[in-house]
Amino acid sequence: MSTIISPDICPAMPDVAAARLPPALLIANFADVHPPLSLDQSAIEAARCYFCHDAPCVAACPTAIDIPGFIRAIASGNLAGAGQRILSANILGGTCARVCPTDSLCQGACVRRTQQNQPVAIGALQRVATDHVLARAQATGSHPFTRAAPSGRRIAVVGAGPAGLACAHTLSRAGHEVTIFDAKPKPGGLNEYGIAAYKMADDFAAREVAFILGIGGITLHPGQTLGDDLDLASLRDEFDAVFLAIGQAGVNALTIPGETRANVLNAVDFIADLRQAELSRVAIGRRVVVIGGGNTAIDAATQALRLGADLVTIAYRRGRTEMSATGDEQTWALTNGVALRLWSAPVAIEGDEAVRAVRFARTRLDTDGQLKLTGEHFTLEADMVLKAVGQTLAKHPPQMDACPLPQIVGGRIAVDPLTRETSVPGIFAGGDCIAGADLTVQAVEDGKRAAAGIIGFLAAGATPHG
Amino acid sequence: MVDLRVNFAGIKAPNPFFLASAPPTDKAYNVTRAFRAGWGGVVWKTLGEDPPVVNVSSRYGGVGFGGQRLMGLNNIELITDRPLELNLQEIKQIKRDWPDRAMIVSLMVPCDEASWYSILRRVEETGADGVELNFGCPHGMSERGMGSAVGQVPAYVEMVTTWCKQHSRLPVIVKLTPNITDILLPAAAAQRGGADAVSLINTVQSIASVDLDLMAPTPTVDGYGTHGGYCGPAVKPIALRMVADIARDPATSGLAISGIGGIASWRDAAEFIALGAGTVQVCTAAMHYGFRIVEDMIDGLSNWMDQKSYPDIASFTGRAIRNYVHWEDLDLAWKTIAHIDEAACIGCGLCHIACEDTAHQAIVPRQSGGRRSYAVIETACVGCNLCHHICPVTGCITMQAPAAQLPRQTWRDHPNNPLRREIDPA
Repeated sequence: MSTIISPDICPAMPDVAAARLPPALLIANFADVHPPLSLDQSAIEAARCYFCHDAPCVAACPTAIDIPGFIRAIASGNLAGAGQRILSANILGGTCARVCPTDSLCQGACVRRTQQNQPVAIGALQRVATDHVLARAQATGSHPFTRAAPSGRRIAVVGAGPAGLACAHTLSRAGHEVTIFDAKPKPGGLNEYGIAAYKMADDFAAREVAFILGIGGITLHPGQTLGDDLDLASLRDEFDAVFLAIGQAGVNALTIPGETRANVLNAVDFIADLRQAELSRVAIGRRVVVIGGGNTAIDAATQALRLGADLVTIAYRRGRTEMSATGDEQTWALTNGVALRLWSAPVAIEGDEAVRAVRFARTRLDTDGQLKLTGEHFTLEADMVLKAVGQTLAKHPPQMDACPLPQIVGGRIAVDPLTRETSVPGIFAGGDCIAGADLTVQAVEDGKRAAAGIIGFLAAGATPHG
Repeated sequence: MVDLRVNFAGIKAPNPFFLASAPPTDKAYNVTRAFRAGWGGVVWKTLGEDPPVVNVSSRYGGVGFGGQRLMGLNNIELITDRPLELNLQEIKQIKRDWPDRAMIVSLMVPCDEASWYSILRRVEETGADGVELNFGCPHGMSERGMGSAVGQVPAYVEMVTTWCKQHSRLPVIVKLTPNITDILLPAAAAQRGGADAVSLINTVQSIASVDLDLMAPTPTVDGYGTHGGYCGPAVKPIALRMVADIARDPATSGLAISGIGGIASWRDAAEFIALGAGTVQVCTAAMHYGFRIVEDMIDGLSNWMDQKSYPDIASFTGRAIRNYVHWEDLDLAWKTIAHIDEAACIGCGLCHIACEDTAHQAIVPRQSGGRRSYAVIETACVGCNLCHHICPVTGCITMQAPAAQLPRQTWRDHPNNPLRREIDPA
């Protein structure tokens, strides 16, 4: 557990600066937040698993990893077999071991939780096994999965995040050739740009992508944005099928006065910069206000503190039970020293050129469950504001001339629940751009299902050209 | 207050918890610590003739289970490797320092009368309370015609016991090897030789494990291994059966018994005593946790006896023997049925899959109130008890006997038994 030390509060405002903490402390603050279990720790933990039949943890995992099976393999010292079991169900099992909200998925369903309120540490065990397989693949230059005979079919995947990578890997195993296009310079999507650094320490996102691409048959084209550099019609023409895993590139605005003042940032941009920059070059305010109630707000707030901010407040317009951040994430932020202001809706960002404060209206639920303003107001000093009030499909819908557009429902691409095929034949979609839980593990499942859908589509002899 | 004092074959001790002849009782330093901790007596590690034996490095193989260490312990150590005179001096001094504790000396010398005569004389001079004849050690000594090489031949057991009774006034306890088909034969031989008691079991011949890198049995000595003697919790059921057989058989039931084999708690001890043991001997548990384990043994046994109104050890010694019957005396008509407490069930499904795959397909999953639970098909359940043992929740699966049972019928008079006894129609 790293420590957080802040210098004395300085009254000068606005105060936004980099390198608030000495380099060694910054490194400690952003090091692996849950270091891997030792062999003894994993043996003790693995022995706690009851090896349930038709296990509740498996039912709770969107990718249906054989959890009792891989834990039994760990207990017997068969780490390679354990890792293979995990990765055959979820090729991003290494990321999921680090970032899954296990308290609401597998560990929430663990019978040990029912019995003793202490589930088996499934995520930590999964990391032991996947780390083992990835390290061995890296050391030997081999890959634990083989490809079927070449099919001669080519599939375009748009987006190199978890959904795109999972889909590409599954298709490659089936013998298809995959081309992945991604808007960013690096692959990995939110794993590379969107998750708190201390969860993905030691460049894990990049190492995992290299592992996944190690199967072969997957070509990566970075810096290619759909709508700017690519158009759907050409992709349909050029490839046998298309998988859209474009995430949610847009962010919601607060739509309150003062939102354009300096030092008012989107939390996703702040996190992305933090992931890519030298920690000592990331500027942070002394008093930081984070607006929102999801895991992005938690990641932004906790990292702001660990960069050396004095006071970080998450302001959310409803109560803790309504926050989309999981219970464990909320506890994590509070343990780090983040202040939580509930029932507080921002009404104005005050200051001059730069932000100096945020004005909030107090809220409450009225008897019919509607959020109402109480008429009371308060102001929080701030020299930096991080907005984390949700994301959207894209800033502007991509131009897709001469091609029917996939139907969009409720701001997400509509898909067949089984095959993940969109309203346009041969075009499939998954991950955060479709409706569902915005989780890495769900994105992986989307990618797997879409790959199965595409394989079925190709086997039926269909082409996107009809 | 219950009375834990014992008088075992004339050997008195403040409680029935003795340390078995083994490394914990090899020298004065350890035994002093044991008596300070509260042990009622010790059986000093086996003495032999000079020059002393030489032991190897390493000496133990451990068997773990489900994350727990030393479910079983295998050793290839021999008898004491210290000079006889040094051991005798220390025994004498300890007995003088701790007069209320039992001091039993384990012995193993070659199978000739003069050797036994000689060592018995010297042991008597120490003031020790009794001797235990080591006829059980299954490795190292047996190859030299001692230990289990004697214990496996009832005639030798009888012969050496007879010598010891002739040449010593001390109570003689014969330690029996389990590495034999019928434990009653050496027990009866000891009795014929005049033994005051038997102690059992000695260790079971074993290979603890195989080192798959070295491709050698463990423990390894410079890349090689040998078979050893197995003890610890894993052997307790084997020991209980042998103790009970001796206590039940009319021919041997008069022998005092010191129970040995995987005893780690007061409950283990109470089970041995209930099957006829007058004292118990402990080794592996002490080697695992140290001598302080005796504190809860004394305290726990006292509390349990108090609760059950047993005033002393003798009042429940052998109390379970009357209920230890032969299989053909069990009532074939009596039934129990598994019952699952839905509120206690945590939904692991182990009872279902065990019954489904390996038993009688009598437990089915079902949904109740949004959570999964399991139910017993009473007509399919044979009352085998497997689910009860598998369930990780204490008290969740219970075996319940219906009040209405068919008339008692044993195999002795069952129609399927070709050798059934004829029932007198009158």
